[in-house]
Amino acid sequence: MNSPVQASPHALTQRTSGRIMALVMVALLPATLAGFWQFGWPAFCLWLVTVASCVLAEALCLQWAGKPVAPVLADGSAALTGWLLAMSLPPWAPWWLGVLGGAFSIVLAKQVFGGMGCNVFNPAMVGRTVLLVSFPVQMTQWVSPALIAQGTDLAQAVSIGLHGVATDAMTSASLLGHVKTELGRGIDLAGAMVAFAPDQAYTGARPGSLGETSALAIVAGGLFLVFKRVIGLRIPIGYIAGLCLPAAIAHAAAPDAFMPAGAHLLSGGALLCAFFIATDYVTSPSAPFGQWIYAVGAGLLTWLIRTWGGYPEGVAFAILLMNAATPLLDLWARPRIFGRRVGGKPLAARRVQEPLR
Amino acid sequence: MAHLVIPPIRRLLTRWGIHPDARKHPAAGLDIVDAGLPPLLVLPLAQQAGAPARPIVRIGDHVLRGQCVAEAAGPISAPVHASTSGTVIAIGEAPMPHASGLPGLAITVRPDGEDRWIERAGEPYPIRLAPEEIARRVAEAGVVGMGGAAFPAAVKLALGQRSVIDTVILNGSECEPYLSCDDRLMRENAADIIEGARLIMRATGARRVLAGIEDNKPEAIDAMKVAAHPYPEVAVVRIPSRYPMGAERQLIYTLLGVEPPAGGRAADVGVVVHNVGTAAAVWRALRHGEPLIERVVTVAGGALAAPRNVRARIGTPLYWLIERAGGLTREPARMVVGGPMMGVAVSDLDTPIGKGASGVLALTSAEVGEREPSACIRCGSCVTACPVGLMPLEMANRIHAGELGQAEDIGLRDCLTCGACGYVCPSRIPLVQYFAHARGELASRERERHRLDHVRELTEARAERVEREAREKAEAHAKRKAERAAAQAKEAAAKARDEEISA
Repeated sequence: MNSPVQASPHALTQRTSGRIMALVMVALLPATLAGFWQFGWPAFCLWLVTVASCVLAEALCLQWAGKPVAPVLADGSAALTGWLLAMSLPPWAPWWLGVLGGAFSIVLAKQVFGGMGCNVFNPAMVGRTVLLVSFPVQMTQWVSPALIAQGTDLAQAVSIGLHGVATDAMTSASLLGHVKTELGRGIDLAGAMVAFAPDQAYTGARPGSLGETSALAIVAGGLFLVFKRVIGLRIPIGYIAGLCLPAAIAHAAAPDAFMPAGAHLLSGGALLCAFFIATDYVTSPSAPFGQWIYAVGAGLLTWLIRTWGGYPEGVAFAILLMNAATPLLDLWARPRIFGRRVGGKPLAARRVQEPLR
Repeated sequence: MAHLVIPPIRRLLTRWGIHPDARKHPAAGLDIVDAGLPPLLVLPLAQQAGAPARPIVRIGDHVLRGQCVAEAAGPISAPVHASTSGTVIAIGEAPMPHASGLPGLAITVRPDGEDRWIERAGEPYPIRLAPEEIARRVAEAGVVGMGGAAFPAAVKLALGQRSVIDTVILNGSECEPYLSCDDRLMRENAADIIEGARLIMRATGARRVLAGIEDNKPEAIDAMKVAAHPYPEVAVVRIPSRYPMGAERQLIYTLLGVEPPAGGRAADVGVVVHNVGTAAAVWRALRHGEPLIERVVTVAGGALAAPRNVRARIGTPLYWLIERAGGLTREPARMVVGGPMMGVAVSDLDTPIGKGASGVLALTSAEVGEREPSACIRCGSCVTACPVGLMPLEMANRIHAGELGQAEDIGLRDCLTCGACGYVCPSRIPLVQYFAHARGELASRERERHRLDHVRELTEARAERVEREAREKAEAHAKRKAERAAAQAKEAAAKARDEEISA
């Protein structure tokens, strides 16, 4: 029966780490399937290669470190990292980009820090950032809708995966990149935004990253996570507010120079970030007030980088910057302890104010 | 009329605690039955918080039911009474339900089967007794808190003499899963509980009684309301079901909206909290003169054939109670005394139950949820669950790194060890074990520091004394020398004078 002394509690919730990861994956399915539907076989193959590369990198690292491999892989966190990374890659990117990104994510951002739960920075975003900085051309080659309309098959997907997309003529810019370029050339915003149609953003029929184009699918998955209580509402709301409020104010002040809040929210990785990336458990604060600061800060940084930064998209940088602040937020923005003031001093003894009968 | 006080919506909306599976049935639906007389009764001496009781019988003595066999040893302690008539056959170590798994001292009584009572001094109208007299008789009857902590009840009754108490809270929340002993007691003996609560009110000088009962026990709420009906000063309040609602401070906050200050006591906000079982025991002690020798115990768990509540004598071994609940249907993964959240795992079925044992659980491995701990994914579930607003994951991190002082800085001392964090942890990290370990370690460091301080004081005192003695000696020597010199000088002078005179 009992051998050693066993500590309480002697009951346990059914929810395990592996189950949480599985729920997140389920929530990612709509947006991913929408991406596959829109971008065809090359997107699916890229996704598969990226996930496989992350799992393999994790297995090799664990093996090398002499840690048990199977139980850690079984919780699915490496696969999830690969999945999120693939979602943020250009859908027709060559496979080597996915392999490299996956390896960077797992080895550099996760295992070097000590593995599961010890990483400071979001692994998928580290992978994406490394790729973006190192291979800016490949990372901003968005397939043009005209090309997609021709349809894809597996053989073509393998060819694209191995050799990349042949010419620049086949690619087009995303809204953020387009606006940045046009504003840089002195063309006003209204002219630059002619092509932007919100209904395309909802369904995903536009150029963009593999899993970032369909706003409806992303939000559906995100709300599923909220409903399942895997994530709270603080980080999504805080992030969206941090991004949209300054955008709306700036747009109201100077409509020609600043994109409207809606365009910011619906383009690039903003929604994916709000529900899936900023909410990453390991790299976000765990106390409520810290979560607000973190989320609003990440949203604000995203807007700042998109508006004034050198890159058209700022989600990954913003998340990494706020990740760096997470340990401090966890230390400084702790919840108030019951019976104490916020600073930690005991409350004054207060009598019951209700009338006594 | 029992008034219903509806707590403000703010208190209902605050998010803390957890909602574990209640698993109170089938035991909650069945009557309390008597557990009968086991072949041996083992009466632990340390079944209350505070000092262990001091035995006043010898091996071979014949004792009667209700006879005091061990007296209270100190201001925070409680006497132990024989729970049946019989012969004392041993005074020594026995297996105990203690977190350490170590045995403790106990008096073993072999029942003679007659179950003969000692002479009992009941009081027809105990409410007429003076407050001090009520507290004295409760102390004599060995009544302790029956919710689990087993704090001597009389100590809390005497609080009224030191601080102003205006409210007595009856804790009928019974928030631990499986347990339904308080639920059954409230359904079947509500009048005893209400009478006991009025005695507590009288002893502490309070002006009202609030009985807080979780809304998952509607029958108990109804029974208590009926029993409280004649008394306008007693109100029965329906409170939300949530773990740990039965924690003293959380209950006070839920019912009254005041937060007792950290490090202080409930009495600081004019409140004293007693378990419903304690109130019933107080009533029996005063009305019938019966000391606390039996209690209601929930015997439950997935490994039992027929879980139910039994009225068991203090000192009944676990195997006897398990038999009363139909016996084991399979090998339990864990035997627990108390509730599943804060109870103590025991390995020996000869372990007796004490006054604070509210449950005996035979849990299967599926119920215990045995799995290997994995890495913390910092999901923050423990932060949401913590009823006190701590960050268990951060505390455990620091304790793991050996930084006990830092863990203390972020609230280790405010931890209730309620186990809510451990329950929700998806990685099965033994958080409560970390905190218990750290507290034990800090306490022993504190003791060590005190000891060193004491030694240093002694050493300094000795050095000072030695120095002073040496100085005094030297002074005395110098004085004597000076005196001698003066005497010699005087002598010499006298001699010289004599010579002068003679000359």
